[in-house]
Amino acid sequence: MADTKLKPLSLQDMILRLHAFWGEQGCLILQPYDMRMGAGTFHTATTLRALGPEPWNAAFVQPCRRPTDGRYGENPNRLQHYYQYQVILKPSPENLQELYLQSLGMIGVDPLVHDIRFVEDDWESPTLGAWGLGWEVWCDGMEVTQFTYFQQMGGFDCKPVAGELTYGLERLAMYIQGVDNVYDLAFNNHGVTYGDVFLENEKQMSKWNFEVADTDSLFEGFRRAEAECQRSLEADVPIAAYEQAIEASHLFNLLQARGVISVQERASYMGRVRDLARGSCEAYMARNADAWAAKYPEWSK
Amino acid sequence: MSDFLLELRCEEIPARMQAGARADLEKLFVKELAAAGLKAGAVTVFSTPRRLALIARDLPLATEAVSEETKGPRTSAPEQALEGFLRKTGLSKDQLTERDGVWFAVTEKPGRETRDVLAEAIPAIIRAFPWPKSQRWGADSISTESLRWVRPLSGIVAILGEDLVACEIGGVASGYATRGHRFHCPGEITIGGAHDYAEKLRACHVIVDHAEREAMIREKAKAAAADAGLVLVEDEGLVIENAGLTEWPAPLLGRFDEAFLDVPPEVIQLTARVNQKYFVCEYPSRLGEGLLSASDPASPPPTPPASGRGELANAFVCTANIEATDGGAAIVDGNRKVLAARLSDARFFWEQDKKKPLSVHAEKLARITFHEKLGSVADKVERVAKLARWLVEEGIIKPSPLQGRGLGVGAASAAPSQPHTPALSPEGEREKLADQAELAARLCKADLVTEMVGEFPELQGLMGGYYARAEGLPDAVADAIRDHYKPVGQGDDVPTAPVTVAVALADKLDTLVGFFLINQPPSGSRDPFALRRAALGVVSLIQANGLRVALRAVFETAIESYYEVAFRRYYYFLILSPAGERMLQGHVDRHDMVSASFYKQVWWPNEVFAAVRQSPNAMEVVMGAEEFEGNTDDDETPHAYDFSVRSVALFRTSNPEAALSSLLVFFADRLKVQQREAGVRHDLIDAVFALGGEDDLVRLLARVHALQAFVTTEDGTNLLAGYKRAANILKKESWSANAGSQGEGVVPPTGEEDPLVLVDDPEFRGVAGAFARPDKNYDREPAEQALIDALKAAEPQAERAVEAEDFTAAMAALATLRAPIDAFFESVTVNDADANKRASRLALLDRFRAAVHKVADFSRIEG
Repeated sequence: MADTKLKPLSLQDMILRLHAFWGEQGCLILQPYDMRMGAGTFHTATTLRALGPEPWNAAFVQPCRRPTDGRYGENPNRLQHYYQYQVILKPSPENLQELYLQSLGMIGVDPLVHDIRFVEDDWESPTLGAWGLGWEVWCDGMEVTQFTYFQQMGGFDCKPVAGELTYGLERLAMYIQGVDNVYDLAFNNHGVTYGDVFLENEKQMSKWNFEVADTDSLFEGFRRAEAECQRSLEADVPIAAYEQAIEASHLFNLLQARGVISVQERASYMGRVRDLARGSCEAYMARNADAWAAKYPEWSK
Repeated sequence: MSDFLLELRCEEIPARMQAGARADLEKLFVKELAAAGLKAGAVTVFSTPRRLALIARDLPLATEAVSEETKGPRTSAPEQALEGFLRKTGLSKDQLTERDGVWFAVTEKPGRETRDVLAEAIPAIIRAFPWPKSQRWGADSISTESLRWVRPLSGIVAILGEDLVACEIGGVASGYATRGHRFHCPGEITIGGAHDYAEKLRACHVIVDHAEREAMIREKAKAAAADAGLVLVEDEGLVIENAGLTEWPAPLLGRFDEAFLDVPPEVIQLTARVNQKYFVCEYPSRLGEGLLSASDPASPPPTPPASGRGELANAFVCTANIEATDGGAAIVDGNRKVLAARLSDARFFWEQDKKKPLSVHAEKLARITFHEKLGSVADKVERVAKLARWLVEEGIIKPSPLQGRGLGVGAASAAPSQPHTPALSPEGEREKLADQAELAARLCKADLVTEMVGEFPELQGLMGGYYARAEGLPDAVADAIRDHYKPVGQGDDVPTAPVTVAVALADKLDTLVGFFLINQPPSGSRDPFALRRAALGVVSLIQANGLRVALRAVFETAIESYYEVAFRRYYYFLILSPAGERMLQGHVDRHDMVSASFYKQVWWPNEVFAAVRQSPNAMEVVMGAEEFEGNTDDDETPHAYDFSVRSVALFRTSNPEAALSSLLVFFADRLKVQQREAGVRHDLIDAVFALGGEDDLVRLLARVHALQAFVTTEDGTNLLAGYKRAANILKKESWSANAGSQGEGVVPPTGEEDPLVLVDDPEFRGVAGAFARPDKNYDREPAEQALIDALKAAEPQAERAVEAEDFTAAMAALATLRAPIDAFFESVTVNDADANKRASRLALLDRFRAAVHKVADFSRIEG
């Protein structure tokens, strides 16, 4: 990639390069899930597809919302809305680390100039009943990617194991572009910055998350999502049920940002979200298990 | 004989697991070999992030043939026995040998090639490997039975001499090929065997020996700092961790913005260490400057300044894993930015936290659970504050600089700046100390809810100290907040500054009392609340400061505080919340409750126990918690109520008396352990503990130490011998039934009393028989009389000395009995035919024994 040496990639070119690379590796290039969520892992392409024996390779950008991380646009590193680049490969290929390092090369990281390290960081999402072993990948001391071999999802063993890569796009871009403030990032090569696109959004959304959002309707929304999830489970539409789990999870995050959930209540709310997510995964498994078992005899429920 | 090389290559092994993995690999390998009858000359293990390796020297190429003999039935045994034996061994009768009328089966086990043994051993080792956490991966993981390893296993090198040991596991087959450094030498390299392994890897930018990498980091990091005119803050944990993260370590020094140095140095160091695994550097201290530049290895390290260390410099040392083509400039720059972002966060926390005084932070403690059954941290603080004040007001902790053994942390910084000026009256001094102790206690946990401690829990206490000083609180208070967790273990500094001692002691006592109240003492290896450490902390604080305190009284006060705080909260609940009002309906007039007299009743446990017992249903309503959730406007109160109600419910079932006695036993045990570790003979500790009733640790230990000194003297040894002889005789004569031998409180009979006075007491009737009306006026033998006289003199002396807590003098008084008791045994026959004389002499021995018991129970002393 000769041109990367000349001019660092813009954020959008970085995404395009990653799409091109992972597309060549046989990944489906998907679009973001159209719901508010805290991490790309919530995308059904990750959570639900990590279950079951069928091979699955996909890559996509997922906008993530973390209401408590909002800083009204005043912190150069923290955002309540940002992008993750997710790659999920099931089963995990033997050369996953090499593929990942190649992808870094594609966006302009030279591993003989920059210090790339795999530092132990096991991933766990109590809300999703999921965990895996892996690393945070460091580039000159900065965590740029979470690299995980999923071992369990929704409380079920992953058979086979999927490899999941989560690139922090803004961080990588800041790094590649040598920029100290996220709002100074070049979004494209025509003079539009990240700040042009998102600064006002950060200001307003931080205010809404922390000050404006109506807590009564949030509580009510949580309760409704919970009820709707149950109804959907009863109607055996687990994907719909899972969407309600995503909804409840985000509403819980908003309630946290509004500071209306106490330490004691926190655990109980998290438990409720976990039950929804697990119930959905369970129903998803149940619905597909027979077909999977027929097609993959070595896979047993 | 051949050398064997094994390399297990995989994706990056967590640094913290590598040392354990090396040990496990060696252990499993030696075990597998031993099972096959093989033993290697020397086994060495290595690790890098990407490989575990083992080299076994001088392995025989084959195992020796062995012939095993199995004993069978006698030749005379019935046919069935022989048939059974043949079935078992799989042999025919003509293959057996006969010796001395017994059949033997001899099986010849031929020697095996070592290579074959290894080919079986390697997969077995891999399967049995005890990783703390392991995973499945790849297509095989469609079954949960697939191979597990710490991270995906990618290659096996197994070479005996120069021959491949062929084996395969989980789709990975052994071979000669491995890989070098991930970026410098990504291709395959071929290994010849154990002889060229390390050097071939070195040529490919991999230092396989972890110890060598550690040494490189140690030296190069130090050198990088020295090149910048700084001193590296050494950190062996970081050395090992960085060696576990690199195959080709390259320490590089970078700088960060000097403005960050406003943040406390501990915060900077922790941020750099925990988040980024960087070393930090200090400016050389002035005293050390000359020494630093001198390269003479014999010169001592620079003398630290008075504060104990040089000032933190705006520099860090990171350890890269490559020899960067640009010399590391990009790496240093990248790391600098990351650290700057981290330090900005830290500075943000530091500044945010300082915006509010600790007392405001402390308000949030009501939301934090100390323990589910023991209420919130705010409750704890309330109790600790009361107890700390009480310790001062009772005169247990005194305002004057305490008589510590050595300087404690608090004293070191507080003493010079605050010389003891008797400007105030003694009462005034005490009041001031009590106020400061209470204030420090009220603020000591406030930093738990600050942003900084939220981010770095290990900074608890320390940050509180910084914040206290920043808001202008007296140094004594700030020091107490900082150091009140001390001592955190054996060898840690023991505070001696009075305010610190009060808070440190009260905090630990409160924790101990609480967990004993809810009957959760440590058991076996389980001590989840670190109560043993807390008890040892209390013992150290008392000892180091020579605090005169009756533990029982302190525990009682601490228990009372638990009740008081819980009930006060409960009271507020009752009178302030609608749920409380409903609960009281039909039981108590709310008007009465608000009155002071009812308040007094409410906080006094017994009264409320009674009240609650009368209306158990009411309690259940409250326990349901839903009743009062959302019924109050203030969103913090429900939790306070919740805690208090749970506490009350608990105390309804707790048993303070039982808690108190188990605490005393627990402390005695801890003290014994501590004294034993300090080299005091356990039998001497037992001898003093056996006296019972002593809960003043200082007095108890003084007695132990005096005893230790005494028993090693000639007088001590002989007196002990005399004591044992007397005790044996009394035992043989069953004299132990005599209450006099129990020591305390009972006047030992001397033969001069009228024994009949005891006869009325049924307990003593049997004993009295032994007296059989001794003739008071029989002629005593000189040695007998001498012993009586000696006792007459020694008894009051020893008693007075014990009262004055001069145990050395008490021992000396006992020592005067040594000659008379020796002479007594020399010339007097105890077991005289004359019953009067016999009884009288037994009584005399008993009196002697009792006198000795005033000081210690000598029967517990060995030798």
